[in-house]
Formats: sequence, C-alpha cells, structure tokens
Amino acid sequence: MLDVLAMIEVSWLAFVSSAMILCFAFLVGRRFSVQLPDQRIAVSQPNENGAYLAMWTVAPTLLLFALYFMFGEPLVRFLLASDLPTGFERLTSVERQQYVDRAGQALGLETIPSGADPIFHAVVDRYRALRGLAKGTVLCLSLFLSGSMFLYQLRKLSGGVRARAQVEGGIRLLLLLCAAIAIATTIGIVMSLFYESLRFFAVTPVTEFLFGTRWNAQTGSEFGALPLFFGTVMIAIIAICVAAPIGLFVAIYLAEYAGHRTRAIVKPALEVLAGIPTVVYGFFALIIVAPAVRAVALRMNDMLMALPFIDEPVLAAQPTNALAAGLVMGLMIIPYVSSLSDDVISAVPQRLRDGAYAMGATPSEAIKDIVLPTAFPGIAAALLLAISRAIGETMIVVMAAGQRAQFSLDPTSDLTTITAQIVSLLVGDSAFDSQRTLSAFALGLVLFLVTLFFNLIALRVVGRYRVRYE
Amino acid sequence: MSSVHESLTRRRRAEMRFRAYGLAAIALAVGMLVLLLATIGVQAAGAFSHHKLQVSVEWTDNASGPTPPVATLVSRLNTIVREDLETVFPKAMQDRRSQVELHDTVSRLALLPVANRLSRDPPTSGSLFAFDVALSDDIDLFLKGSPKLTSTVWTDGVDSIEQTVGDSVELIYEDGGLLALQREGESNEPTLLLQMGGVVIRVASITDSVVSGKVLVGEVSAIDDQDRSGAIVHRVAAPELQRNVSDQQIAWMLVLQDAGRIKRTFNADFFTNADSTYPELAGVLAAIMGSVFMMLVTAAVALPIGMAAALYLEEFAPHNRLTRMIEVNINNLAAVPSIVFGLLGAALLINFLNMPRSAPVVGGLVLGLMTLPTIILAARAALRAVPQTVRDAALGLGASKSRAVFDHVLPLAAPGILTGAIIGLARALGETAPLLLIGMVAFVAEVPDGPNDEATALPVLIYKWSNGAERAWEPATAAAIVVLLAFMVLMNAAAVLLRRRIDRTRL
Repeated sequence: MLDVLAMIEVSWLAFVSSAMILCFAFLVGRRFSVQLPDQRIAVSQPNENGAYLAMWTVAPTLLLFALYFMFGEPLVRFLLASDLPTGFERLTSVERQQYVDRAGQALGLETIPSGADPIFHAVVDRYRALRGLAKGTVLCLSLFLSGSMFLYQLRKLSGGVRARAQVEGGIRLLLLLCAAIAIATTIGIVMSLFYESLRFFAVTPVTEFLFGTRWNAQTGSEFGALPLFFGTVMIAIIAICVAAPIGLFVAIYLAEYAGHRTRAIVKPALEVLAGIPTVVYGFFALIIVAPAVRAVALRMNDMLMALPFIDEPVLAAQPTNALAAGLVMGLMIIPYVSSLSDDVISAVPQRLRDGAYAMGATPSEAIKDIVLPTAFPGIAAALLLAISRAIGETMIVVMAAGQRAQFSLDPTSDLTTITAQIVSLLVGDSAFDSQRTLSAFALGLVLFLVTLFFNLIALRVVGRYRVRYE
Repeated sequence: MSSVHESLTRRRRAEMRFRAYGLAAIALAVGMLVLLLATIGVQAAGAFSHHKLQVSVEWTDNASGPTPPVATLVSRLNTIVREDLETVFPKAMQDRRSQVELHDTVSRLALLPVANRLSRDPPTSGSLFAFDVALSDDIDLFLKGSPKLTSTVWTDGVDSIEQTVGDSVELIYEDGGLLALQREGESNEPTLLLQMGGVVIRVASITDSVVSGKVLVGEVSAIDDQDRSGAIVHRVAAPELQRNVSDQQIAWMLVLQDAGRIKRTFNADFFTNADSTYPELAGVLAAIMGSVFMMLVTAAVALPIGMAAALYLEEFAPHNRLTRMIEVNINNLAAVPSIVFGLLGAALLINFLNMPRSAPVVGGLVLGLMTLPTIILAARAALRAVPQTVRDAALGLGASKSRAVFDHVLPLAAPGILTGAIIGLARALGETAPLLLIGMVAFVAEVPDGPNDEATALPVLIYKWSNGAERAWEPATAAAIVVLLAFMVLMNAAAVLLRRRIDRTRL
C-alpha cells in the first residue's frame, strides 16, 4: 500500500485529494445553507456558502502538500542518509549523498540495473518505504485537519457567518499571491544565482574571476572572465553601432515624415523583425553573414598584402566571427530602438515644433535642434534597453560568434561572450558539484546584475519622461 | 542677398539629405528582413521534396508462417535494392570500392518505413511489389543542383569510338569547338561527363580531334549511331575531391534518371518522422509534439496566474509600497535575459526539486515564468481599456467589488487579455536559450506521449540541426524554421483576428 503510494507523483496526489475535498465541501456548504431555518436571514447566497466551506476545508490540505513538495523529498533523503546500513559510516557525507542519489534514480526505474549488490537493493527498498510513509503521513494528516476544519466551519456557517465577505477576501488573497509570484520569481532567480555563485567563489576568488585574463573552463580550471566581458562588450558595441543609427532614423522618419501609408507598411515589418525567434537570426548569421564577412575579410587581406609594407594577413577572417554576430544582433534590436524612440519622439509636444517652424527652421532643423534634444532622455533609455538586450542575447552569439576567449580588436576574429559560455558550460551533462558548472552561474549572476542595472536606469528614465509630457 | 540664397539652398539640401537618411534606414531594415526570409525560403524549398529510387520486385514469400520481424524485413529489402542496383550496373561488382559506392547511393534506414508497411500488409507471394527508397542525402543534394550540373547536347557528334586498354576509350571527332571551350579557362578542373545512350564516359583529356576518357557505365559496344550523334555533355561544377558524390555515382544517377527510375516526391517523412542522425530521415514531428506539450504547460501556468495578477494590480491593489514593488518587479522581469530563466530552471527545478531533465513540463514551467510578465502587462492594458462606467454601474446597483470585476469587467476584457496572451505564447514558442540549459537538447528519436516524456522543441531542433556537419542539414534546418515560423504566424493571425473582433464589438 505504502509502496504504491511512494510511486504516485505528489502533485497528482495533491490535485486529486484537494479536488475531491473542494467538491465535497462546496456541495455540502451549498446544501446546508438552503436548509437554514426560515426565521434566520440568509446572509449569503448558497454558492457563496459552498465556496466559503470549500475554501476553508481545502486550505490545510494545500498547505500540507505545499510543505511536502518543498521539504518532503529532502527530508526522506536525510533520514535515509543518516540511517544507511553498517559499513557506510566511513563514507563522507558527500559520498553518502551520492549513494542516496543513485538509489533515488533506481527508484524511478522499472527494474533496478543489473550488477547492483543486495545492499543497494535494500537501500532502494528502504527509500521507497520511507517515501511512502512520508506521503501516507501527509495524506492522513491532511484528511484529519481538513475534516476538523470542515466541522468547525460548518458550525460557524450555521451560526450565520458572513460567508461572502470572507470568500471575497479569500479571492483577493489568491490574486495577491498570483501577483506576488512575480516577486517570487525574482527572488528565485537571485537566490539560485547567488547560492551557486557563492559555492563557486568559495573555491575561485572573486578577484580572479572578475579580473583574470585567462578563461579555460571546459578543460582546465582557469576562470578569468575578463575575455568574456570583452567579447560581450565588443559584440554589443557592434550591434548598437548598427541598430542605433538605423533605428533612430527609422523612428524619426516614421514619427515626423511618414504618411499613414508608409507607417502601415513599415510598422508591421518592424514587428515581424522583433518577432522572429533568435535562433532564426542565429541561423541567418551562421550561413549567410559569417561566410560573407569572411570572404570580404579574405579579399581585404589580399589587397593589404599587395601593399609593400604588409606581409602578414591583417584580419583573422574566421568562419565564425564577432562581426557577423554583431551585425545580425544589430538587425535584431533595430525594432527595440525604433519603436521606443518613435513613441518618445511622438510624445514631444507639437507646440515645440510649431515654435521652431515659426522661427523659420526647416523640419530637419526642428528635429535636430528641438525635438531630439527634448526627447534625448527617452532615446537614451531606448538605447540602454537595446544594449541590455544585446548583452543578454544568446542564440546568435552561440551560433555565429565562436568559442575562443581572447582579447582581439579585430572584428573578424572569433570571440565568445558571457551567454555563449553559459550555454556551452551547461549543455550536456551538468553535475552541480563541479566548478565548471558553477562558473556558469557566476557568469549568470554578472549578466543578471548588469542587465538589471541597465533596465532599472532605462525604466526609470522612461517612467519619468512619460510623466512629464502626459 | 546671394548669401541668403546660398544658405537657403544649403539648408534645403540638408533637409533632403536628412529625409533620404530616414528612407535609407527604413529600406535597409526592411531589405534585411526580406533577405533573411528569402534566404530561409530558398534554403527550405529543397527540403520539402526528396529524390527517391523506384524499385519493383517479384515478391517471393519464403516462409508461409508469421511475418518476420521488421529488422529482418529491412535487411531483406536492403538485399533486394542492392541486387537490383547491381543488375543494372554489373560493372560495379568488379571492385570492392565501387560496390560500396553503389550501395551508398541509397540509405539503408530509409527502408524502415517500407518494412513497416510490409509487415502490416504483406503482399501475396508472386505478386509484383513496388516501393520507393530514399536516396542518400549527398545524392539527393546533387540531384537538387549542388554541385551544379550543366548539360548540353553535343551536336557535332562523335565519328568513331576506339576502345584502347580496359575501360579507356578514345573518341574521334572532327569539329569540336564545344568540348575545347568547356574545358578552357577553368582553374579548378571541373569534371566533364559524356553520355551516349546508357553509356557514360568521363573525359580525361581533349585534343583537337581526339577525346580520351574512361567508361564509367555501360559497354562501348552498345553505343549505336543515334546515340553517337546525340551525345550529351554534362559538366559538374566542382572537381571530384571537393564534393561528396563521386563521378562514378553521378554517372549511375544520370543513367537511372534517364531510365525514369528516380522521381522527386513531396517529402512527407519530414513531417511524420522524429529526429534522426541521418538528414534524409530526420523529421520534425517529435519536436512539434514537444513544443505543443510545452506550450500547453506554459499556457496553463502563465495564463491564469498572469490574469489573476493583472486583476489584482489593476482592480484591487491598494496604492502602497508592496504594490509598487510588484509593479517595478514585473517591469524588470520582462527585461531579464531569457537565459537567466534557464539558469533558474536548471538550479531550482532540476537540481533542487529533482524534476526530470529534457521534459516539456520543466520547459513549460520555465517559459511560463518567462512569459508571465508579458501576459500581466498585456492583461493590465486590456483591463484598463474597459470603461470606468461599467464598474460604476455595477457598483451602483449594489454589486460587491469582486462581483463587479468578475461578472462585468473581466468578460469585457477577456478577448483583449487572450490576444496579449497568444502573442506572449507565440514569443515563448520561439525561445531557445533557456531550453538548452534544462537539457532539452538531448537526442530524442521518439515522439513524446506526454509532458513528462523526454522531448525536444522546435527551436532547439533548429539549433541542433544547424550544427550538423553534413551539407544536407542546411535545407533541413531552413525547413524546420519554416515550420516554426508557420506556427508563429498562425498564432499571431489568431490574435489579430481576435483583436479585429473586439474592435468591431466596441463600435
């Protein structure tokens, strides 16, 4: 019985039992209110009475299962690890933990892999029994608590409790909890990044990570991330050099010159540009842009070598290169620059332009001297957001920028970035105890903090700007 | 006076220039978009069709008992195909190397679907059994035009053919400007193949009146006068060492094509097969199913929670610090790089909560958290668009706050919320980076049955295929991109239709 229970997913268990409790309590509550004696005023409608009872009755069950979901399995593991058969005392706690992990994996399989010794079998059986026991306890406890709660609230209901107010309060709480998931997500991100990073920095000093110039995480153990920061900045600069002028001019044209017709064509095209998945951009960079960049670089090399004082190839002309990744990334972030700048430019009050025209300015002079300076904070924010996008962009650099961590100002050499390294470190098997895996989280932390910094500034500027002109 | 004129012209020119910059920027952006889409379209076009070899054989049932297992059938069919090819090209049996080359022209695994069909519905013994077998990826690419093959009829004709030693032949001809031209001025020595009827000769050298070469297919004695006068010159753009198909294989294909044995069919396998290590067999079905399961989980997570959060923030929340904090948080989350959500999934869901790797549930959860801010922002905008009078009317009639919101505001805002949600989900569908970190890159050759099965997703499949070494992966990748974009377009079209609908009801 407990063995069977051990193998049922805890989420299913929670779902089925709470659904049953909900239905039962709701139906009883509804029926109960119908049977209220006539002389007493029904405070709430039958459905609200049902919801009231259901809400209170299911609460203990949900709470218990939530607790089990978070702490149940670790507890079972802890019990098992501290209660291993004799002979395991000489193992370190980490080794014991790994043994328990293996038992846990074997538990999920239909048959225990051959070649396992009887002790392992026994441990797996014990694991199953403990897990079944834990789930059984939770189930019984939840039934008991929900049952008592049911009876207690039923009495309150007959005492004429204000069911509707409480139900609405409950709904409001539920909505608040949903809204709080956004905060929970942020906390989850920060916690997991910090936790794994701290484990990483326990071995590798922070200074070595931030200022070291040699990155060799795949094979060796050199974790100086400076080349990665360099590559990231380099590619982001190339991207913004492409996106800023194009995006800005597109925005200016759309906001100031374009007629209804042009807007109707260009705006959707830009939306398409923004909607194309990054992996598609990566493919484009890989098969079209990177070979093109390489061909041009090779030709330039030939031309330069024809000069008398140059006798070595000047450009690296790698098959995957920073320039290709940067160019395509620039293409990708054009819509981010243009749509936000468009909004900001359109928000500049017409009277400022009229004033400029009245003084004899041409439209372009009005834009250059009046509109753009006024809109500058907003445009800067748009550029900041675009830079933050470029830094966090992953697929294009993974596919087209290369893997070599180096300092090179030559845009046709292959560079690697923070995001590309995170992917290459975590793809494939990732045991969470190796320094190699943990370094990805340290990189992730840097990435998160940097983009957060940019975003916060940009969002604050955008927010202020809106307030000023609305 | 003239200085004013000058400055006016200058300023007018500056104005025109400024406008031109704007137009150029738009043209550049739109042009790049068109280039991108066109590249993918052109690349993908090749992958939606496939060249197949038609084989028909008299089926002999050697055992009247139960149908043999599929593996046996595959090897039996393989023998049939090989023997069939060997009877057409008996000379290939002379040495081991050309025998292997001949066998390599078809892919053995492509026989699996045929074998499956056969085991379901075995033909009666003695009847004619016809089936198609996919040609190998390199041959298929060649037949689709890579490397390029140009064929011209050699109108001058060959006067006589002399067989020298073994397969070497000399062709005597009179006025042969054509061949000489074909051969001249080429730095990388393209291959020239001369086809006369069922005979293919590789040209080794050309002089004014003699072409010497080697017979690749057929017997010289079989060439008649008609063949001689209608010889065809095939020119393969790349030299043999730079391509994956040999001259010999090209010669065989030319003869098979002439015999009408090769046909180009719609590549249905691409939509019904799962991933494979062979590009000619790889399909997108498993990835589509993986993506569908993932989107279901994502929608189940993000839609209700996002809607509830938006309702709270827009309708119920008091103006206090907590509310402001949540709002700032949501705005920031919307701008967090997607790969960070992948790290969250790897650390929290897989490492801490021990959820399975490569499962659509985990991918869906991660993408759900990632899409949540987008959906909240869209839902808030939709709720804000509901006129205040609706709320006031409901409250004025004595409805409670919740009643007013759930019975009157929410139904009006629902289509708008759904529109925003669909657009958010379409975005999540194309997301790759977070999925790479939670193990969705594992090679999965089976179609998943549910969200807990090992699976891969469409964008991840695209990433994996783009890394493939063989050239044939390129069109396959582009085709997978077309499928992905088609899904996204469908979702966005649904959103647009919904939006139109709302606009009409508002009027």
